[in-house]
Amino acid sequence: MRQLLVLGAGTAGTMIANRMRRLLDPHQWQVTVVDRDDDHHYQPGYLFVPFAMMSPHDVVRSRHAQLHDGVRFVTGEVDLVDHAHDAVVLTDGTRLPYDQLVIASGTTPRPDQTPGTTGPLWRDKVHEFYTLEGAVALREALEHFTHGRLVVHVTEMPIKCPVAPLEFTLLAEAMFRGRGQRDRVEIVYATPLPGAFTKPVASARLGHLLEDRKILVETDFMLESIDNERQCLVSYDEREVPFDLLVTVPLNMGADFVARSGLGDELNYVPVDRGTLLATGHDNIFAVGDAGDIPTSKAGSVAHYSVDVFVDNFLDHVEGRPLTHHFDGHANCFVESGDGKALLIDFNYDVEPLPGKFPIPVLGPMTLLEETRANHAGKTAFSWVYWNLLLPGRLPMPTDMSMAGKHVPTPMNHTEPGTTFPEKEQLP
Amino acid sequence: MSTTTIDGRTIHVDQEGFLTEPAEWDEDMARSLSALLGIELDERHWKILRFLRADHASTGETPTLRRVSTSLQVPMKELFQLFPTKPAKKMAYVAGLPKPRGCV
Ligand SMILES: Cc1cc2nc3c(=O)[nH]c(=O)nc-3n(C[C@H](O)[C@H](O)[C@H](O)COP(=O)(O)OP(=O)(O)OC[C@H]3O[C@@H](n4cnc5c(N)ncnc54)[C@H](O)[C@@H]3O)c2cc1C
Repeated sequence: MRQLLVLGAGTAGTMIANRMRRLLDPHQWQVTVVDRDDDHHYQPGYLFVPFAMMSPHDVVRSRHAQLHDGVRFVTGEVDLVDHAHDAVVLTDGTRLPYDQLVIASGTTPRPDQTPGTTGPLWRDKVHEFYTLEGAVALREALEHFTHGRLVVHVTEMPIKCPVAPLEFTLLAEAMFRGRGQRDRVEIVYATPLPGAFTKPVASARLGHLLEDRKILVETDFMLESIDNERQCLVSYDEREVPFDLLVTVPLNMGADFVARSGLGDELNYVPVDRGTLLATGHDNIFAVGDAGDIPTSKAGSVAHYSVDVFVDNFLDHVEGRPLTHHFDGHANCFVESGDGKALLIDFNYDVEPLPGKFPIPVLGPMTLLEETRANHAGKTAFSWVYWNLLLPGRLPMPTDMSMAGKHVPTPMNHTEPGTTFPEKEQLP
Repeated sequence: MSTTTIDGRTIHVDQEGFLTEPAEWDEDMARSLSALLGIELDERHWKILRFLRADHASTGETPTLRRVSTSLQVPMKELFQLFPTKPAKKMAYVAGLPKPRGCV
């Protein structure tokens, strides 16, 4: 019996196990998935918990209930991938041999990596919403916050769902406005990037979202530490951003076993071929979802599109045939913008987010790069789609990004060949 | 794509002046580019620039500050001293590499 072993039963691992179980001959292949517990979290729900728009038990379901009956589910903590001997070792000493390995262990927030984050103010005035526990603590803090300076902050890229902190900011602004407290709450968005949006078309169309709502943006802010005594963020270039309530997105890192096994980069992400997701230097190890280092967003939608490519390639791969399907980095994200509206963006490795229309099965056509109520309804309904279509591997959507329905801008603000070199003040 | 002339040499650049053809770069070019930023290159800068070039050649991506810091064991703070205020962009600019990637 050949073994397909999947590490992690989150979004990507669950989809892969379910789809491969249906495709592989049960007499020839066993499909095994390992995870540390039996709680599958719908992570996009974490955004709504602090605003009491979703409750904690709305976002958690049993992991094994999401898996096809023919999949073997092992509960345990992965300690090491012994790739020289094609086996995985769990912390309780169990050895799981494999013929083909898929690393789908995702990425997690690491507040311990930045001095002062888990100091005396942690979960008091310093909060995060990238864990369920953090989202619940933040709900309490927001309930009692009536005036002062709210700072929403991103430590370092990449983070999963890179738009989530912006969405949080817009939802918070709408909440304070709704409570009649907006004029007593100052809102600051601090980012390590040169702007809240960095791709030309998105920033031209969406930059106003923050400006109109009087949200101040602190750009190129690289956090060195959080000063608990003086209640401020301190950057490497010695700027300070004081706060009364801080909502930070801590540094995100891949699983430690990836580093221990010698399979990770500086943030424990597995270097992979960006077209096939095969780990660099290995021919029977793949990394799918947030665990890999592909240069696109870390998001459930990316996991979904990349699993399509993985599945199409896998049968060829185990028969020794060349891999013919290549992932294009396709991502799309709903961006919740408050007041019952949302935006939708769609992009890949090479094409930036553009305006236009985007079809979603079941939910219908959505408008790209514009705030609409239908997009918000789409985002809300997505939790149903996630549990009922996405995880079982039954969501029929084309994998490659499509240009149909999109408006490509004329290169109006692109310089003509041979034009001037930027002025000194425009240099980086 | 635009071109510009630096020290009598024509190079291809993007809107912000980042080189788009890594092959048009050499160490003299780095000296000219860093002079435009008001940075005088010493051995500590060169170590970083050489790493950036080699890493980009092997991965196809401009390395992040963290990657530079961990790979070379240079504290983040020092990167901010060597290429003040926007080290990630400035390092890429002087090394003749594409601007580091953002997101949306
Ligand atoms: C606040 C928030 C909002 C988001 N919103 C959106 C959104 O709107 N749209 C979108 O597309 N995406 C969104 N995402 C991102 C999305 O949830 C992730 O990108 C997606 O879940 C990635 O799937 P994955 O399978 O790679 O990782 P995960 O789903 O995180 O699964 C990884 C699994 O590996 C397991 N694991 C890790 N290490 C070990 C170990 N040592 N031993 C055993 N098991 C281990 C973990 O327990 C986990 O179950 C959001 C994320 C957050 C945090």
